Amino acid sequence: MAHEHKLEIFRGLLKFKSNTQKIWGVLVFLTIVTAVEVILGIYKPDFLMDTWISPFEGGFFATLGNIILSPFIYMKPLNLIFIILTIVKAYYITWDFMHMRDEKGSLRKMVVWTAVFLICYLIFILLQEGGYVFEVYNTDDALIKRDF
Amino acid sequence: MDSTVASTGTEGKTWGGGNKPLGASYGKLMMWFFIVSDALTFSGFLAAYGFSRFKFIKEWPIADEVFTHVPFLHGQELPMIYVAFMTFILIMSSVTMVLAVDAGHHMNKAKVTLYMFLTIIGGAIFVGSQAWEWATFISGDYGAVQTKGGNILQFGEYVSVDGKEKFKRISIDEFAIAEESARAEHERKNGLWFVTEESLPPYTVSEIYNGLAANENILVRNQIINEEGEKTVLSRAESLKQIKENGQLVVKGANLKVNEYGTSLFADFFFFITGFHGFHVFSGVVINIIIFFNVILGTYERRGSYEMVEKVGLYWHFVDLVWVFVFTFFYLV
Repeated sequence: MAHEHKLEIFRGLLKFKSNTQKIWGVLVFLTIVTAVEVILGIYKPDFLMDTWISPFEGGFFATLGNIILSPFIYMKPLNLIFIILTIVKAYYITWDFMHMRDEKGSLRKMVVWTAVFLICYLIFILLQEGGYVFEVYNTDDALIKRDF
Repeated sequence: MDSTVASTGTEGKTWGGGNKPLGASYGKLMMWFFIVSDALTFSGFLAAYGFSRFKFIKEWPIADEVFTHVPFLHGQELPMIYVAFMTFILIMSSVTMVLAVDAGHHMNKAKVTLYMFLTIIGGAIFVGSQAWEWATFISGDYGAVQTKGGNILQFGEYVSVDGKEKFKRISIDEFAIAEESARAEHERKNGLWFVTEESLPPYTVSEIYNGLAANENILVRNQIINEEGEKTVLSRAESLKQIKENGQLVVKGANLKVNEYGTSLFADFFFFITGFHGFHVFSGVVINIIIFFNVILGTYERRGSYEMVEKVGLYWHFVDLVWVFVFTFFYLV
């Protein structure tokens, strides 16, 4: 069976001579990313521990802005970096180890778009609801007491 | 013939039948669809974890304080090191798997055999590590007291490390003052035969309280995360008051009901998510072994294609993919 492999990663920045070489190249990249995550996780640099933007206040557009920019407003930059690096790793595992890069565009879209859409939807709904329950538990006149 | 078989006018077109419109065989397509549905199952778990965490965002356990152990390095606090090692093992076994697939494309039986073998070894190391991780988590560390409201109170003292005041945990074994107790564990042979009781906690709350009262340096900390991102440490008077008035149960380790590290939901999700993932790794290893023997027996050599290796490869990489997310959301974020 003649299999065609696309032998470049980073949009052609790095080209490999054979599929085997590309696999080792991707391994090196994934190892570096994991090492960065672990080092950041152990040392937790101070400047990544506080959010860079504080929530906007007042009016409809402020709320809208808070929702759109929520990863930057409500999440520590360190956690945002972790999540982005995770998605980068997931991309290379799927594209190069699972050979998604070599599949037809239609198959790729069928699998990736479906999963990404449904997962984003689920995450949005559950996290929104979790935040709401937190508010219900922690308002000043909350009817539920757990600290006893 | 023309009168019995309808001609649709689509013959020879992409979706007219008789060819592979997506450029992949039936088996591979179905593996991809299974992976999509399994990915949704896992994201359901992880999103539920996020839901519960957002619900208790001010008091969720800090992963770095929970997973600090490394085999053979007893007593040292090394957060993340062991999980990072496990992650690397799984990525490595993904690499040997993709090398096996590549060797299959070149119909190189010897290499496929070798790489499949290495993949199985990697998977086995990972499952073993996870079992160790579970055992450590279940048997527990320092122990804690659970209050009537279900909150966890932990113990420690301030020590100065390099001139900085640092809160160091103390195990309940070190300060609890054991008392004579008439309370024996209820077993079927010494009580009602149709009633069972779970094993009793190592100490009673009053033993812990006496130990706390006798040691001036020991303080209690609760679950609430303060502005510095650390758990709140109570004053000496408040510590004694909390244990005396609210303490209900001494907890050592974690299970589905109690959890010495904090919110019991944390332990529940830990068991469910890593357990479900570990089960996937385990079944992946079993499937890999089956394929490994098929390779040795020459089944795919005779079939003329190693596509089966490619299909289990997809599954194996998916397991790795899931772990990448579990690693991030359980241990890092």
